Amino acid sequence: MTPYVLLSAILFTIGSVGVLTRRNAIVVFMCIELMLNASNLALVAFAKQHGDLDGQVTAFFVMVVAAAEVVVGLAIIMTIFRTRRSASVDDASLLKY
Amino acid sequence: MNTFWVLAPIMVLAALGILFVRKAVHAALLLAIVMIGLACLYLSLDAPFLALVQIAVYMGAILMLFLFVLMLVGVDAADSVVETIKGQRFMAILGGLVLGVVLVVGLAQMSLGAVVGLDDANAPGNIPALADLLFSKYVFAFEVTSALLITAAVGAMVLAHRERMEPKATQASLAARRMQDYAVSGKHPGPLPTPGVFARHNAVDTPALLPDGTASEASVSRVLAARGTVRSAPAMAGDIAGIEKQLGRAPHAGRDASAPATTEEETPAT
Amino acid sequence: MFVLAEGAAPLVDPGSADGAFSLLWLVIVLPLLGAAILLVGAPLAKGRLDKQGHLLGAALPVLSFVLSLVMFFALLGRSSDDRQVSQHLYTWFQAGGLKVGADLLYDPLSALFMLLITGVGSLIHIYSIGYMEHDERRRRFFGYLNLFIAAMLTLVMSANYLGVFLGWEGVGLASYLLIGFWQYKHSAAAAAKKAFILNRVGDIGLSLAVALFFATFGTTDFTTISANAGKASEGTMTALGLLLLLAACGKSAQVPLQSWLLDAMEGPTPVSALIHAATMVTAGVYLVVRSNFVFDYAPHARTAVVVVATVTLLWGAVIGCGKDDIKKVLAGSTMSQIGYMMLGAGLGVAGYPFAIFHLLTHGFFKANMFLGAGSVMHGMDDDVDMRHYGALSRAMPVTFLTFAMGYLAIIGFPGFSGFWSKDKIIEVALTQNWLVGVLAMIGAGITGFYMTRLMLMTFFSQKRWADGVHPHESPRVMTVPLIVLAALSVLGGVMLIGNWIADFLEPVTGHPLEENPALPAVVNSVIVVVIVAVGVALAWYLFQRQEVPREAPQNVSFVTRAARSELYGNEINDGLVVRPGGRLVGGLTLFDRHGVDGVVEGTALGVGGSGSVLRMVQTGFVRSYALSLLAGAVLVVVALLAVNLK
Repeated sequence: MTPYVLLSAILFTIGSVGVLTRRNAIVVFMCIELMLNASNLALVAFAKQHGDLDGQVTAFFVMVVAAAEVVVGLAIIMTIFRTRRSASVDDASLLKY
Repeated sequence: MNTFWVLAPIMVLAALGILFVRKAVHAALLLAIVMIGLACLYLSLDAPFLALVQIAVYMGAILMLFLFVLMLVGVDAADSVVETIKGQRFMAILGGLVLGVVLVVGLAQMSLGAVVGLDDANAPGNIPALADLLFSKYVFAFEVTSALLITAAVGAMVLAHRERMEPKATQASLAARRMQDYAVSGKHPGPLPTPGVFARHNAVDTPALLPDGTASEASVSRVLAARGTVRSAPAMAGDIAGIEKQLGRAPHAGRDASAPATTEEETPAT
Repeated sequence: MFVLAEGAAPLVDPGSADGAFSLLWLVIVLPLLGAAILLVGAPLAKGRLDKQGHLLGAALPVLSFVLSLVMFFALLGRSSDDRQVSQHLYTWFQAGGLKVGADLLYDPLSALFMLLITGVGSLIHIYSIGYMEHDERRRRFFGYLNLFIAAMLTLVMSANYLGVFLGWEGVGLASYLLIGFWQYKHSAAAAAKKAFILNRVGDIGLSLAVALFFATFGTTDFTTISANAGKASEGTMTALGLLLLLAACGKSAQVPLQSWLLDAMEGPTPVSALIHAATMVTAGVYLVVRSNFVFDYAPHARTAVVVVATVTLLWGAVIGCGKDDIKKVLAGSTMSQIGYMMLGAGLGVAGYPFAIFHLLTHGFFKANMFLGAGSVMHGMDDDVDMRHYGALSRAMPVTFLTFAMGYLAIIGFPGFSGFWSKDKIIEVALTQNWLVGVLAMIGAGITGFYMTRLMLMTFFSQKRWADGVHPHESPRVMTVPLIVLAALSVLGGVMLIGNWIADFLEPVTGHPLEENPALPAVVNSVIVVVIVAVGVALAWYLFQRQEVPREAPQNVSFVTRAARSELYGNEINDGLVVRPGGRLVGGLTLFDRHGVDGVVEGTALGVGGSGSVLRMVQTGFVRSYALSLLAGAVLVVVALLAVNLK
């Protein structure tokens, strides 16, 4: 199962770099989804490795949570866009020193 | 394993593409590739239910939601590639590389041992086996997710909801405003001319001709104009003679002499 | 110096209260009720009590006195070993092993005290009706006086030390309120505070003693303690005795806590007569005599009592010689006379009855003289300087005659009450220790000197009063109490007939062993009288034969200066306690301001400074935060791997 886990790690790393470098909030969100999916892959792979369905159930829950998260997150992005006419995460930087 | 070796490079490339494409729509499509690849991998990992959910929920719902929002925000908006935070990109790449290298090296060092396989666990079928777990061991978590989903739905509604700040426009107020606009800017108060009514065709891509024979730019959609697919009136003027012949009339002298306008030249570049 | 007492102290073993004694509680409650009505109820009555309230305030102590008298005769009717009665009112409180009841004890000692307090108290209440006639806060004054009577009765009637403590604090409060009664006078307010604070020092002694009683005996009841007193170690008993002595020093103005009494004369004169002469200041003597079961087992503590008493009786007498303020002379004299009482109390079983005897006679003649001084001040427009008096015997004959009775009593003129009581104390002192006896005799001589000085400067010599002052006799309501007290001053000695007082108090104080007196009683008396006569003659020579200047002369001897400034008692207090305390507080304040505050504020400044630097990290960019998150995650992963790979 090592290749699967390695793929998961690579996808996760790419996702995290995406979160750090992209400025469009929607793309940032996609990268987060990518990271979640990467972790799901690891969970499913380990489920097969150990012959235990708990990993799959957990992956399922991750999907549910991701769905809820996306709904709320996108609504937030919409609201911000509506007032600021911008979807850049850098523009929302008033909460600072 | 073949499936994996075929899919893995594609998925990594698609994922890397997300980092580099400038348009968000492209990123979404690349993400879709990764997700489909994941769904296939799930199938190969004896998780058919998750593969289905991956397609249905991720592709069908979440990604579609992304696309909806992208449409609302603006499809053609492209990210600037200039990094505004000093050192952020370098540090991000460095951090990512370190994390990736550490993970890959670390995981490669580990020996996971023999694969147990899910044949026993999936003996009653993958979905019944998952259902057994979900409604026994994880029933509390399952119930909690229902509360989470409800909360998320309500939260999204609350966030997306916009209070009406002014009274709803009535027909009378709309008419008054239209006349006001006409008085101030001379904007035509009536409906726009329908395309092609005074020409040979009544297709939407054919501009209407004004009484002096010029084409009315207001009668075709700006989108069509932007695409450059508006048919020009003169291009269709060639069969006038034939039609007049059919009608048994002499050709109109003045018409030919005049130089009819082309819509291409007159439509403003959007 | 002294050997262990002659046999154990008699037990406190009271019978239950029945018959007339079942009304014991009423003696306290009546004046307490008066205080409640006059102080709390009067504002509700919308000023109606302001006009007539003093009559109520004067009537209630009289009722208490009648009750006390009835019970006194009922007590006399019993046999001498059946003369202890206690009344349990209710359980005051109970906490763990400590159970304290509101118990009253009625025995010969408390009987005499109740008669003194309610009797002299009633007379002074009546006198105050005249004295305070023009004071617009008269109703409040009577409320405070009633409160004092109630507290003092609680003190002498309680059957346990906690009850005594309650009364002890009550009289302290009443004393504070009454000394500062004319609170608009700065000196009166300061004197009240001084008395209160110095009393606090003594009160620490009593509260510690109560705690030690509880720790040693598990109770504060006289009954149990007196039964088990012999079982406690002598060290404990000595500690208890010294703590009780400290308490007595505070309340009875004994050296070294004496300095408040002279300032306390800022209060109205009836207050000085009642509280600071007749009753409250003698509470210390009561405490020592009541705790005879402690002192009988603590000879060293008794030695300390005797030393304190001897020093005080001379100290007070010397102060009395130097003062020109008539009330302060009397205050010094009071201090000195209480010294005699404490001396008697410190001498043990043989001295207890005579300490009480002198306490009673002193209560009569000193109250008499204070009220007489008040009457003089009343006629002299509240002037207290004796140098402005002179030849008042014509102007106020009744005051003069009654005052003269008190004067003769205090100097110990043969036949008058003071003669008998002081004589007996000196006699017992001589028997036990010749030095103390001789010092007491010298004290008697000084007493003769300063009292004669007071008498001559006030009522004889030349008329020195200012123009516009018209000395006149006081109204009947003031002179009648004077006459009564004068009669008691003359006749107080009858209590000694057939050694009645000692026999009467024997159930409380115990029976003394017969000792051979150092001198025959008659010789002793003659010597004392001769010494007193020398003092009187000296005063007569100095103040009658010579002109008394209207202003106090300034070029006087060191001794006179010392006496005028109360033997530097205040300066000693200032030097030993107040100034070092002030410096300590100042140093602590400085340390607090610069040391503690410096550390605290320095920390705050450091935290604030580093915060203002560190806050630059908060750029507001989500991606920067995410970057640090990633760094943390990398660290965690590396740490995990490092741990696992090792």
